[in-house]
Amino acid sequence: MIPLADIVTKVRSKNAGPFWLTIDIFCGTPEVFRRVCKALSSERVAAVLRTDAANLKRFEIADLNVLKFSMPRPFVQGTRLDRDMHGASFANLLAETEVD
Amino acid sequence: MTRILIPNGALGLGFDKAALARGVARKPDLIAVDGGSTDSGPHYLGTGTSKYSRGSVKTEWKELIEARAQAAVPLVIGTAGTCGADSAVDWLVDITREIAAERGERLKLAVLKSGQDGAAMAEALAAGRITPLSPARDISAELLMSCSNIVALAGAEQIQAALATGADIVIAGRTTDTAIISALPLANGCHPGGAWHGAKIGECGALATTNPNSGTILIEFDAEGFVITPMAEHTRATPYTVSAHMLYENSDPYVLYEPGGYLDVTRATYTSLDDRRVRVTGSEWVPSDRYTVKLEGARRAGFQTVSLALVREPRYVENIRAWCDDIVAKCTEQARACVGEGFSLELRIIGADATLGPLDSKARIGSEVGVLGIVTGETEAISGEVAKILNPYLLHHPLTEQEPMPTFAFPFSPTEMSRGAIHEFCLNHVLELDGPMDAFRLSTIEIGA
Repeated sequence: MIPLADIVTKVRSKNAGPFWLTIDIFCGTPEVFRRVCKALSSERVAAVLRTDAANLKRFEIADLNVLKFSMPRPFVQGTRLDRDMHGASFANLLAETEVD
Repeated sequence: MTRILIPNGALGLGFDKAALARGVARKPDLIAVDGGSTDSGPHYLGTGTSKYSRGSVKTEWKELIEARAQAAVPLVIGTAGTCGADSAVDWLVDITREIAAERGERLKLAVLKSGQDGAAMAEALAAGRITPLSPARDISAELLMSCSNIVALAGAEQIQAALATGADIVIAGRTTDTAIISALPLANGCHPGGAWHGAKIGECGALATTNPNSGTILIEFDAEGFVITPMAEHTRATPYTVSAHMLYENSDPYVLYEPGGYLDVTRATYTSLDDRRVRVTGSEWVPSDRYTVKLEGARRAGFQTVSLALVREPRYVENIRAWCDDIVAKCTEQARACVGEGFSLELRIIGADATLGPLDSKARIGSEVGVLGIVTGETEAISGEVAKILNPYLLHHPLTEQEPMPTFAFPFSPTEMSRGAIHEFCLNHVLELDGPMDAFRLSTIEIGA
């Protein structure tokens, strides 16, 4: 097992409007892309983000070697319990996730 | 062919002046710049104000007005003043008047306003003309009436109407990021899928290139698609940088909803023309049966006062969570006795999990932590009062009763910082219109010498 960050090029997260969050995993090569798609099931990612897998939209974009997830934000952007206006730090949770 | 010059991703972000000059020399048909978005949170729409400083906006806007004069083409800004509320449009119109006077230039402005009246929106809700987007939120007439600002996002049709006035400069309230770029190519009969896709690729300036900070790009639209060319030296657009831009801040990388339909880039192809330009074809525009515009609304959600204390004492750092929990319990009880129930108190531990909270199961604590006290109250007086009740706890609260009184570091006097009113986004809906201009107001004014 190895942290996702050690095998991919970049993981980034960002708000997509006030109500959505999106996370892009740039895998760099088709080999890593296939490995990451296999290791990161939607259920696994949902558990890391503590949401329901049914809330996750999953996009496997082979042309770009990118695996992308989108979900409604845990708290709407800028409300009292929101901690991260631009959703920048959610990427770190996935980057630190151990994968096969 | 229609050429649109895009100076940067947003007015106030800065751009490479040489790149802008190179773009002007390419004889664009229009210069388009974005003035904002919801990215920075609900404060700006809630208050109808700009995120960027007036000075930096005026400096950049003046440079763009000079570039416009050289190119002798329309200059269009969308989502003026960060939020695109009517007051933010007025703010930019004022700045534009000053610039015109300083330059001694006579200019015709078209002003497009996107602000919506709460009562009219309540009627539209009752008439079934407002429908939710995902994730759906319940709204009521009362909520709509309580918004300090509601804006509708204009699309290409409204920008085309503004351009049809023959204005030198179009200052638009809230628009979609793409509409200010797609409007002219669409009016000129360029490929609709290409027009919207090129607009999406261009709306963040040079973000779709190898040098995102260089700002300026030129997009050439034609009957089949578009070509993107970065205007800065040593900057390249590649099929990868261009296609990957569809990922950025989009919850769906293939589909983009706009007033009147949606863009689908599933079958788009990206081809290098040389080492810096990319041509894109195969994008599709799918018109919808109904003409809808997205609504954004913000309303006041209380008043906030924050305090910051720094804890360096190792035993306290080690037990910081227990310390904070104890303070919240004791302070809340004391404050309720003084001001009642109309507040909430939260302590976030900076240096532990302030960024992600309970999601951060791997959080580690270092040699010090910051404790950020956040008091949200129904009134400014309540939030200020509770924050003052919190003050002695953050300064002196002991972990146990059997120990000498500790003292912690306050970086400021006073410790309490009023954040004033806080706001929240409360609409994720679309409004159905019979005609594109129904929810918008267009006027023209002559300014300057």
